[in-house]
Amino acid sequence: MALSRMDDLYRQVILDHSDNPHHHGELPDATNNIELKNPTCGDVLKLDLNIEDGVIKDAAFSGYGCTISQASASMMTDAVIGKTTDDAEQMVQTFSNMIIGEDVDTDSLEDAAVLEGVSKFPARIKCATLAWKALHKAMNKEESE
Amino acid sequence: MDNNDFPILHQKVNDEDLVYLDNAATTQKPKQVVEAMEKFYYNDNANVHRGVHTLAERSTEQFEAAREKVRKFINAKSNKEIIFTKGTTDSLNMIAQSYGENIHEGDEIVISIMEHHSNLIPWQQLAIKKHATLRYIGLTDDGELDMAEAKKLINDKTKIVSVAQVSNVLGVINPVKKLAELAHAHGAVMVVDGAQSAPHMPIDVQALDCDFFAFSGHKMLSETGIGVLYGKEELLNDMTPVEYGGEMIEFVKKYDTTWNDLPWKFEAGTPNIAGAISLGYAIDYLNEIGMQKIFDYEQQIVDYVLPKLLAIDDLEVYGPTDPTKHTAVISFNLKGLHPHDLATGLDMEGVAVRAGHHCAQPLMTYLGLSATARASFYFYNTLADADKLVEAIKATKEFFKHGTI
Ligand SMILES: Cc1ncc(COP(=O)(O)O)c(C=O)c1O
Repeated sequence: MALSRMDDLYRQVILDHSDNPHHHGELPDATNNIELKNPTCGDVLKLDLNIEDGVIKDAAFSGYGCTISQASASMMTDAVIGKTTDDAEQMVQTFSNMIIGEDVDTDSLEDAAVLEGVSKFPARIKCATLAWKALHKAMNKEESE
Repeated sequence: MDNNDFPILHQKVNDEDLVYLDNAATTQKPKQVVEAMEKFYYNDNANVHRGVHTLAERSTEQFEAAREKVRKFINAKSNKEIIFTKGTTDSLNMIAQSYGENIHEGDEIVISIMEHHSNLIPWQQLAIKKHATLRYIGLTDDGELDMAEAKKLINDKTKIVSVAQVSNVLGVINPVKKLAELAHAHGAVMVVDGAQSAPHMPIDVQALDCDFFAFSGHKMLSETGIGVLYGKEELLNDMTPVEYGGEMIEFVKKYDTTWNDLPWKFEAGTPNIAGAISLGYAIDYLNEIGMQKIFDYEQQIVDYVLPKLLAIDDLEVYGPTDPTKHTAVISFNLKGLHPHDLATGLDMEGVAVRAGHHCAQPLMTYLGLSATARASFYFYNTLADADKLVEAIKATKEFFKHGTI
């Protein structure tokens, strides 16, 4: 049955992350934050970052969205905590390339690398990229409001 | 009913037979309409109303014949009342901009909470611009328009009432004729968004006694980029054009212009000629079946599928649970699962539905939702399609319960 193709998209790791998201919540003393909406589906993602001396000390996300967008945010926060903003910027690029099906070295992305399968589901690419887009925007914001 | 005229429906997606249930977004086109378009472009294409040559005459004749078909389709009194537009959105914006000139500070505009953004934002922005007040009719517990509230909201300050005849989310039919009576009793005009009704049921604008009626060709077998604005002649006569340019003028002097007659006064520039003609052919196709027959057939589908959906554990279905009050537009959510995930699951099973806020964010907020999945049927769908939907929902539910199949 064709539903078996779903396994490419909803790998077990992805379902685990969306069922039990890591770093879910808010950072009261965030240095950088952003709220992004996905206008096509009405999903909302809030991302808080704590950046000190160019290093992402902590990250947390909240809002609501589909399995893919929630899992992606959980994996993204896992991967970028402890990284310099330059490295994180590099990871944003790696993720964007991976998700459109380009052949890139995805080791730095940790769990987030399994989202590679999303490239075969064009309608869902935006769900996967929302968290990384939020990261990019939050890091490039001068200071939090 | 027959779907052999729709080649697109006979294909596999993701190795499954396609079941197209996104008709509220747009419908598929029968061979008869596509072939008529081809014939027009290969034989008769020319600009309308401005040439004396033979092709110009042919295309003008077909363009105006399409207008006559539309007039009959909604039983308007006169062709002057049928304005070709880009679609429902365009039609509603035109009314808000042009008739909206009659709105002044302190006036009130009444719409409902279930409106599509295209029947909401034009009024919201008009209210802001004119310092008027926008009021919303809410819903009953069963997801129907709260007519008791409507009676309270519509008063002598009300200048415009604008409501969809059928909701593109809840599938309810709204009593627009009663609303028109209420509006008229207080000297207001009644605007009907017919995007989801005109394709599925007989429409008689005179019986409804609405002042304006808007609908889209692409939701009723025709092309995108063509739609209709119906308006009562006496109202249209007093309204100023929204767009200026070719075709819509009578005489242009250096510092002054007089307008063409209705309906051309509101059709500036070269119109979507082929689109209008295709709408004419789409209407022929629908009339061949009969609009009442289409309505009755779709009701049979609802009678059949709605109870089956309601019986699925963890499936929330929105709008009336009584099939006789529900058209074949059905929104639902699986508890704990985002509708995008559900829609992807259904797509893998060949079933095309929409997931999202359906351009009705205030309604989503009102219902406490961020999004829903929505299946919408047309006359070419079958009871077997309904079964496939139900099975695919169950399979998707199982998939997410176990993380695999
Ligand atoms: C109730 C309703 N109103 C208005 C519209 C807008 O129609 P269109 O996009 O064709 O202008 C739609 C279509 O989605 C609709 O369902």
